[in-house]
Amino acid sequence: MRVLRCGSDAVLIETEDAEQAQRLHAALRDAPPPGTGELVPAARTVLVRYDPSATDWQRLRAAVTALPLREAPPAEAAETVRIPVRYDGPDLAEVARLAGLTPRQVVERHTAARYRVAFCGFAPGFAYLTGLDPHLRVPRRAEPRTRVPAGAVAVADEYTGVYPRTSPGGWQLLGTTDLPLWDPTADPPTRLRPGTAVRFVAIGQHGERGERGESGEHGESGEHGESGEAVRP
Amino acid sequence: MVQPGYGATVQDLGRPGLAALGVGCSGAADRGALRLANRLVGNPEDAAGLEMPLGGVELEFRRAATCALAGADCPAWVNGRPVGTRTPLAVPAGARLRLGTPVRGLRVYLAVRGGLDVPAVLGSRATDTLAGLGPGRLTAGLLLPVGTAATGWPAAEHAPRRAPAGPTVLQVIPGPRDDWFTAAALRTLCGEPYTVTADSDRVGMRLDGPALERAESGELPSEGMVAGALQVPPSGRPILFLADHPVTGGYPVIAVVRRADLDAAAQARPGDTLRFRLEGAGR
Repeated sequence: MRVLRCGSDAVLIETEDAEQAQRLHAALRDAPPPGTGELVPAARTVLVRYDPSATDWQRLRAAVTALPLREAPPAEAAETVRIPVRYDGPDLAEVARLAGLTPRQVVERHTAARYRVAFCGFAPGFAYLTGLDPHLRVPRRAEPRTRVPAGAVAVADEYTGVYPRTSPGGWQLLGTTDLPLWDPTADPPTRLRPGTAVRFVAIGQHGERGERGESGEHGESGEHGESGEAVRP
Repeated sequence: MVQPGYGATVQDLGRPGLAALGVGCSGAADRGALRLANRLVGNPEDAAGLEMPLGGVELEFRRAATCALAGADCPAWVNGRPVGTRTPLAVPAGARLRLGTPVRGLRVYLAVRGGLDVPAVLGSRATDTLAGLGPGRLTAGLLLPVGTAATGWPAAEHAPRRAPAGPTVLQVIPGPRDDWFTAAALRTLCGEPYTVTADSDRVGMRLDGPALERAESGELPSEGMVAGALQVPPSGRPILFLADHPVTGGYPVIAVVRRADLDAAAQARPGDTLRFRLEGAGR
């Protein structure tokens, strides 16, 4: 791990991989070193804000590197959040083509996997779920959509997720859920907090739409988006 | 609200503690100015007030109220009579408060004794323009309820103004991704002037000046961002993140403006010159 300064009251801890970032986030949350405040887990890092009147970045560096990390990510959620999905997304056929599978096999693999919320970002309640079947790891669309509807279930790179609200987005859309995932009047406003276990469950017909070959509104799906924003939804 | 100017919003000190859920802090861009305005009317510092970029706002008061203006130096009138800033103002029922254009600085703050009582979202009345949380942009004809947040009377009747001459100097701490840039890039950042462009808002300020050269051309996975971060997109021209910055981002951050200088950064307006200095290198 590397502890990098991030201004006068935060450090960015770079981990070896995504799993270590999740374990470090859990360890910091369970046993925060003195003076630490908000934690922001991300793909390979955890941002740690601190109170500069109570600690400094060198002391935090020492505390963080001495922190014991549990072997596996903690099974924090006794319950698994189950998300019912109609697999009718406009990119299902394209994802199947890129994966060398049929749309039905894409659905089977997407529903078979067990996921965990690695981190949230991009928009309030947008959870990046890890655990995606390696065959379904496809690039973002070459041209992001200007409007992705709330409830769209999507994949890109090593992640899957659900757009909590209508927004622009470049991930490949597999389907739709009606389960409300973001409610700013609720406490907490989302059920998909970092560490939460998630499964997708297929409802209704699936696969048929993609097999009719609705691929490629925008031609071939190309490389990742602009440099550095590869996994931005 | 008779005239919302150039995009007045309701702001308080934001919604800290929710970044792990993808919700940024938001709140007043110049937090010191909102705190001061609140103190001058006897409110707690975190009461909700108005943030008014470039002034231009007109308000009609249904009831008599005690108000204070702080932040950018801005001419103001009550019923056509000039009034001062950084001092409590008694505004009679039916009166109109009008703001001109600031002579210096960008964001003017108005506190009303009792605080603005718009509905709170996730514990805050702040408008987060990026996340789409809070009351949203204000429009002409809107009625802004005044609450009962006042706790006492202030010790001071006027707060003197600190108005440094010349360009705004902001101290920065290198990193977290300064090693993604050439050594010359950090010297350039801290040696050359940068100009605030018109493409600036509560999310961030785009800066014009010499491009900062990358040493590392790979892709950076999403990582946590802080207000004050100088994120460098492929153009090489830095973006200085402000109150409504995204929670995570994918471009490398070469340096971060220290917290104590963020209020000054939030008062820089398009066309202004900024200078960056390494922390501890003196002014």
